[in-house]
Amino acid sequence: MLNYVLIPLLPLAAFAVNILFSNAIGRRAHLIALPAVAGSFLLSVYALIGVQAGTIINQDIYSWIVSGSFKASIGFLIDQLTVVMLIVVTSISLLVHIYSVGYMHDDDGYARFFSYLSLFTFSMLMLVMSNNLLQLYFGWEAVGLCSYLLIGFWYEKKSAADAGKKAFIVNRFGDFGFALGILLIFVSLGSVHYADIFSGVGALQGRTINIAGFNFDLITLIALLLFCGAVGKSAQMPLHVWLPDAMEGPTPVSALIHAATMVTAGVFMIARFNPVFTLSDTAMAVVAIVGASTSLFAATIALVQNDIKRIIAYSTVSQLGYMVLACGVGAFGAGVFHLFTHAYFKALLFLGAGSVMHAMAGNVDIQKMGGLKKYMPATYWTFLLASLSIAGVPGFAGFFSKDEILWLAYNNGALGKVLWASGTLVAALTAFYSFRIIFLAFHGKFRGTAEEEHHLHESPKVITIPLILLAVGAVSAGWIGIPAAFGGANHFAEFLAPVVGHSAVTASHTEEMMVVALSIAAALGGIGMAYLFYSVKPCAPLILAGMFRKVYRLLWNKYYIDEIYDAILVRPSKWAASYLLVRVTDGRIIEGIVNGVPSMIKAFGDRLRKLQSGNLQHYAFGMVAGLFVILTVIFIAVSR
Amino acid sequence: MNIPFPDLTPAMPEVIMTSAAVLLLMLDLCFKNKALLALAGVITAGAVLYFLPVSMGETFGGMFISDRYSLYFKFIFMVNLILTILISIKYFQKQDEETGEHFSLLLFATSGMMIMASAKDLIVLYLGLELMALSTYVMAGLRRQNIKSNEAALKYFLLGAFSSALLLYGISLLYGMTTTTDIYAIADHINEIGSTHAFTAAMVLIISAFAFKIAAVPFHMWAPDVYEGAPSPVTAFMSVGPKAAGFAVMGRVLFVAFSEVQADWTAILIGISIATMAAGNILALVQTNIKRMLAYSSVAHAGYALIGIIAGTDEGLNAMMAYMMIYAFMNIGAFAIVILMNKGKEISDYEGLSKERPVAALLMLIFMFSLTGIPPTAGFIGKFNIFLAAVEAGYAWLVIIAVIFSAMSAYYYLRVVRNMYMREAKAPVIITRSLTLDFALLITAVMVVLIGILPSIIVR
Repeated sequence: MLNYVLIPLLPLAAFAVNILFSNAIGRRAHLIALPAVAGSFLLSVYALIGVQAGTIINQDIYSWIVSGSFKASIGFLIDQLTVVMLIVVTSISLLVHIYSVGYMHDDDGYARFFSYLSLFTFSMLMLVMSNNLLQLYFGWEAVGLCSYLLIGFWYEKKSAADAGKKAFIVNRFGDFGFALGILLIFVSLGSVHYADIFSGVGALQGRTINIAGFNFDLITLIALLLFCGAVGKSAQMPLHVWLPDAMEGPTPVSALIHAATMVTAGVFMIARFNPVFTLSDTAMAVVAIVGASTSLFAATIALVQNDIKRIIAYSTVSQLGYMVLACGVGAFGAGVFHLFTHAYFKALLFLGAGSVMHAMAGNVDIQKMGGLKKYMPATYWTFLLASLSIAGVPGFAGFFSKDEILWLAYNNGALGKVLWASGTLVAALTAFYSFRIIFLAFHGKFRGTAEEEHHLHESPKVITIPLILLAVGAVSAGWIGIPAAFGGANHFAEFLAPVVGHSAVTASHTEEMMVVALSIAAALGGIGMAYLFYSVKPCAPLILAGMFRKVYRLLWNKYYIDEIYDAILVRPSKWAASYLLVRVTDGRIIEGIVNGVPSMIKAFGDRLRKLQSGNLQHYAFGMVAGLFVILTVIFIAVSR
Repeated sequence: MNIPFPDLTPAMPEVIMTSAAVLLLMLDLCFKNKALLALAGVITAGAVLYFLPVSMGETFGGMFISDRYSLYFKFIFMVNLILTILISIKYFQKQDEETGEHFSLLLFATSGMMIMASAKDLIVLYLGLELMALSTYVMAGLRRQNIKSNEAALKYFLLGAFSSALLLYGISLLYGMTTTTDIYAIADHINEIGSTHAFTAAMVLIISAFAFKIAAVPFHMWAPDVYEGAPSPVTAFMSVGPKAAGFAVMGRVLFVAFSEVQADWTAILIGISIATMAAGNILALVQTNIKRMLAYSSVAHAGYALIGIIAGTDEGLNAMMAYMMIYAFMNIGAFAIVILMNKGKEISDYEGLSKERPVAALLMLIFMFSLTGIPPTAGFIGKFNIFLAAVEAGYAWLVIIAVIFSAMSAYYYLRVVRNMYMREAKAPVIITRSLTLDFALLITAVMVVLIGILPSIIVR
């Protein structure tokens, strides 16, 4: 058991040491954080071997409070799904730790940064290892807190502080629903432990719950409330707005938290609760549609952006949509598979972007780059591999996982066909915007100033080595799930099947070949278009943008979602806050209470204090008076 | 007449403690080094702890009982004693006063508490109570040159004598009606003949005397003046030991002797508890002196702990006992920080402590959080258990009141935290560290956190 307990405990210990002794440790913070996360990684590999040998652990480690049917405990569930997440979290975390040694080298908050990274790793591990909803929720909020702290890491910068706040507030919406979902589960099933929930949820079928005169199907409501949490955390529409802004944080953070791990917690949670979700067709349809539309929507925005990190961020939103879509069509295994491969190629894209920013002195505009291939070959080649992977070029990791999602969506009835078509379109868009970066940033001529050009250089080894290691993952992570159609055995799906089940496949083999062919065509078509636009005819994008100015402006402004929220949510609430709350409620009512009660208590206290005169006779008199009051009251009570 | 020599095994801890106290008094004459006396005190406590488990049984003709109930309280007294000794040593050296008798008095007072916890007879109970009380009166006045200390001792003595009179009056009434002072025999009597007004009067008198010891309203008025005036280690000792002893006898007398009239004493205690929580919290709010603030906080905590007795169940009683244990750690911890500071009387003295002395500030933060009852500290567990027992016993409304007052307490505890972390220091903070004080802080802080995370280690 100890080996499992140590997995989250090592990063926690590193956090404690680094935060407590940050002054003394300073630049040596990584000497504590790195071995800790490396230890977690090795233990995770050991756990993987154990699970492969058939050791499934579901055990409460310790109970904090037990009261009736309510039990607040910490327990671990180590099964196939958990170990996949363990490997993803610890391996990416380890590489990001190494990368950060170089990337954050000159930052004043070096020790603080590493302590937050460790805290995040701990929280994320607690989240995925949990065997009950309460601990999951704790981890869920804790990773949210770390995300907030790390987005706003450079808090002197207003945009960073604002972005942190935005992430935090937007996630409140989702988490509110999530918390309600957990409460509803506890109220209906009397437990927050997964095992009890999954065995008991079947009995809830057909039960309805009456809210304000309307009857809702209980399971659907639970599933949708839980999904609310996923929508916030995994940045699905309409709560996706925080993720692109989250790029204000240091780039290693974007790679670890806002690409590979934390944002996939929503997908993980849906996969974990597949026994609940599959019982409600309505909820599944909602999940699938939200996922597919988010995926399409974010991909279109990514087409026209110029900030390299933002493009990748929208790409993350889009890919998360893919995973959610997979869960919605019941292909939980495929969703987790894509989560797994995506973690590597997306972390690589971010870290590569970080390497580019390093060379560009923080400049993120791809229009100002160009020809970087010559100056930073390691970054270029790893970035290219990741792009090939995300674009879905056959043989690369992204191809297999994306293809599996599309194929299983295709098998999901009429709705599935629509989702598949949209997914294939997204695949083409993805290939296009990914290679837009390649051609604009790495090929052609450098478009920045001469001074900037002079500064261009390859990043140090401590940065390029994690890139190379990630590139190995970005290329090969998919090979463990090669489907039967390509002569593989789909090990990944088989491995996860005990937790998430098999997806029904009804369509024929020929259709599978057609699906694959179309997705390959989409990938190659996207890359080809990008080549045409940004390498062969560089004026084409301008002409196109001119022709479809309205569409272009719409995409450039990200469908004005932020502006819409600002108009219908932020400004009215600000108005309400300043006029209704501050002037009326706050000024009169709340302030009246808030100031009134304490000042009343204070006045009362001061009055009461007078009794405490310091005079002995008064004290004795107080005692006697108290005695008589008690005697009188009790005699009246007794004689009645 | 042949009176057999009583079996001393059940009273072995008390025998050790009392002999050691006498011995210490004599050693004080020969040794200049007071740390040696402290060491002897700690060894004594260790011996007592060793003998506790084997001392089960009754003796002295059934006047003295050593059972699990008393053992738990004696354990609390030992914790209290050891921690107090640890925080005392440097303090008195710093004050530069000849106070060797301090350690001897600590042991005498602790013997008194132990006898109280084990008393099966009201006379024995009274003897223990007076031994404890007389020792603490003297300790409160140990700083002979300090006028506040003198005043504290005198006030405590006079009011204490008054409360003893109430207790004796109650006991004599009971004896007059039942011709016995045996707690269990009194219960049988009330069972047979039923309660009368005289019984009720005796009960009220006895409860009042106990309420004085636990500093419950309206018998609390001595507490702030005495806590402020007494030397800080003595205040720490007094705020935990006599309070726990008072709860020990209150629990035994009410649950055994007056079990038949539970409804009556429950009603009285509910009134006292609410008044205590109200007065303690409201008055703590307006204090500027940290020792006075802690005194009123100690009053408020008595109000919470009373709820455990009010619940009237074993769970309630257990929760009350666990609360006393937790209170010992967190309160003495807080006092240890007060002692650590060279200038730490006023709450404003703690401004900027986090910058100047981050570790001390962190420890104080832990104690303040625990006193407020914020998870995952021990204070939360203590309150949670008490409130849970009360809710299960059907006193949800009382718990709501207690939670409201508890929320109010956050104001004055967290004000210390705010001063430490959000204010700048006006003057450089000077602290006097010593090995024993560090050790006491380590124990208390670790226990406060550990109990918060692993409540099962003290809830038996």
